[in-house]
Amino acid sequence: MTRPIIEIRGVSKRYRLGAIGLTSLRSEVERFWQRLRARQPGVRGPDQKEFWALRDVSFDVQPGEVVGIIGRNGAGKSTLLKILSEITEPTSGEIVLRGRSASLLEVGTGFHPELSGRENIFMNGAVLGMRRAEIARKFDEIVAFAEVGAFIDTPVKRYSSGMYVRLAFAVAAHLEPEILIIDEVLAVGDQAFQQKCLGKMSDVAQQDGRTVLFVSHNMAAVSRLCRNAVLLEHGRVAAAGPASQIVEGYLAQAATARSEWRRPAGNAPGGKVSLLGARVVDANGAPASVLAHTSPVTLELECREAGTSAAWMLRISIYDRQGNELFSTRDTEALNTRLPRPGRTLRATCRVPGGLLKPGVYVVGVSAEELAGDMPVAVYEHHEPLVAFEISEQGFSGQHARGLISPKVEWGFDWTP
Amino acid sequence: MSFPQASGSLERVIRPRRAWYRVDWARLFHYRDLLFTLVRGDYVSRFQQTILGPLWFAVQPIATTVMFTLVFGHALRTPTDGVPPFLFYLGGMLLWNYFSNVLGVIGVTFTANAALFGKVYFPRVIMPLAIAISNLMNFAVQALIFLVVYGSVLVASPAGKAIHPNLLVLSILPLVLVQTVAFTLGVGLLISGLSAKYRDLQHTLPLLIQLWLFATPVVYPLSRLGPRAQWLASINPLTNCVELVRLGFFGVGTATVGHAVFSLVSTVAVLLVGFAVFQQVERTVVDTV
Repeated sequence: MTRPIIEIRGVSKRYRLGAIGLTSLRSEVERFWQRLRARQPGVRGPDQKEFWALRDVSFDVQPGEVVGIIGRNGAGKSTLLKILSEITEPTSGEIVLRGRSASLLEVGTGFHPELSGRENIFMNGAVLGMRRAEIARKFDEIVAFAEVGAFIDTPVKRYSSGMYVRLAFAVAAHLEPEILIIDEVLAVGDQAFQQKCLGKMSDVAQQDGRTVLFVSHNMAAVSRLCRNAVLLEHGRVAAAGPASQIVEGYLAQAATARSEWRRPAGNAPGGKVSLLGARVVDANGAPASVLAHTSPVTLELECREAGTSAAWMLRISIYDRQGNELFSTRDTEALNTRLPRPGRTLRATCRVPGGLLKPGVYVVGVSAEELAGDMPVAVYEHHEPLVAFEISEQGFSGQHARGLISPKVEWGFDWTP
Repeated sequence: MSFPQASGSLERVIRPRRAWYRVDWARLFHYRDLLFTLVRGDYVSRFQQTILGPLWFAVQPIATTVMFTLVFGHALRTPTDGVPPFLFYLGGMLLWNYFSNVLGVIGVTFTANAALFGKVYFPRVIMPLAIAISNLMNFAVQALIFLVVYGSVLVASPAGKAIHPNLLVLSILPLVLVQTVAFTLGVGLLISGLSAKYRDLQHTLPLLIQLWLFATPVVYPLSRLGPRAQWLASINPLTNCVELVRLGFFGVGTATVGHAVFSLVSTVAVLLVGFAVFQQVERTVVDTV
């Protein structure tokens, strides 16, 4: 009987909403003054608003396990990772870690643009807790993995963003902790490199028997990589168990979600680009949650450019109830270099032709990502699942067809007697 | 096993810390390579693409000293205890420049590194430590300039005959440097902790440093003040450190054993308080910054 390598016991985290970003001496004096003036029993000032990002979270992770943590935006995933990484403290509860841990909440943390690739490997490695000798030993391997070759002595500010991301991930991939804690860092980089990273991650887990805690919005990656998963909902553990089962349950529940989403009032959009709303409409532009098989499915997205200066794009992913990602699509305007202008809003539509999706329930994920060239380098917002819709049997004739989708194909026939 | 280390497979418990003082020396020691890398990186990045490179360390103190000599020495005719004004200011600036340069950077540790601190853990105190150490290089260049000027005045100038170094005090100057570093770190930790909580402090920091310059006998000798004011000025440990430098090199300066003990006590006090505040703030600072 081995002891769990991570034990999380009753962890809670409270944020004071009024206090975030609002502490100056003046505001403290003002608050004090308000409290003096409005001294009525039972009445709390507006600054006393509390928000529990995590509430009594407990679970164990066994050595060698790969655990996915899933949940909606704001469910507490990032807070949990921050506490596990000791970036911030829990308000109550405790966590026991039985092994050396390393966290990867971002690629390229601590990179210095003026320093060369070589120096940044040492800098980044040291920031992540590696010893100099260890980095020196793995140096060649890291450079090879990053494929930066001859540019190793060039300041990284001259790197293409692809090289930058590859170098950053290469360092992280060569960490050798017993416990690896990863946030959704794999969402950046080009497709081939992402595959390489996912491959490296499963190697780490399977061959080296290390424990991995993996937070993701990517249900497909979670069901593929993780044996177990934990679902967080409103800061509490809603379900825990085999990954495929948890993902399926989560999506099934999400599939009952409405076909329309609006950002809740007061939920201040924090990102540089923020999603304001999304809905599913039918061929006539009317909101619909159930559509005929033959009807095109149109997704309408509304977002605002708050403060980005970089090109960015929207990405839409469609999942079935089992968590299979049927496809994902990037907005086509972004590729023609979208020049951001803060404050303006965008209403984008994405039309999926009718007859493609088989009858069933589908879940839509949406993200807004920063682009460098045509490659995503940072995620502004990621909502998955965001909305759901159902395709009815109406007009469907391929009941006996196999596979995930039913695209309209054209057969040709040319008999030779 | 990639590297054996102190916190290796030991159990680590994460829970709300309540103690005012809890130093995880083993972990601090584990991150010594980070300290080294940061010091090196700070040094390398500063002079990347500059033509003069480390010579820039020399430009600022020389320019300031020339300015002080013109303004305070020639225009205002501030007495300098009989020491040539240029040398007097150059000597006074040695420790002062270290203090003000380091404080300006350490004072905003949390706000300047918010993005980094929000994404990765390491003992936060590594950051100010790295600044305190990398600026010693800066100090060394200045000290070299001072020694060259000092040496040439002593040997070649008629004014040199009037200068009588105090060898006993000279021999304890390395300790005075240690005290200055400790005090600078203490004030820096305190201010960075407080300015993370109260943003206003961040804006008043340059002003504070400016006022501090005049509270420290850099452009005037402590002997100009009355005995009451001298004690008041000695609350500031830098006063004693600066005067000791002058006493050592020039043989003139106002520094008694009483002043020294007083300044040592306040240095230790500031360092302890600064560290405690820093530690309290670092626990949850990323939630608010």
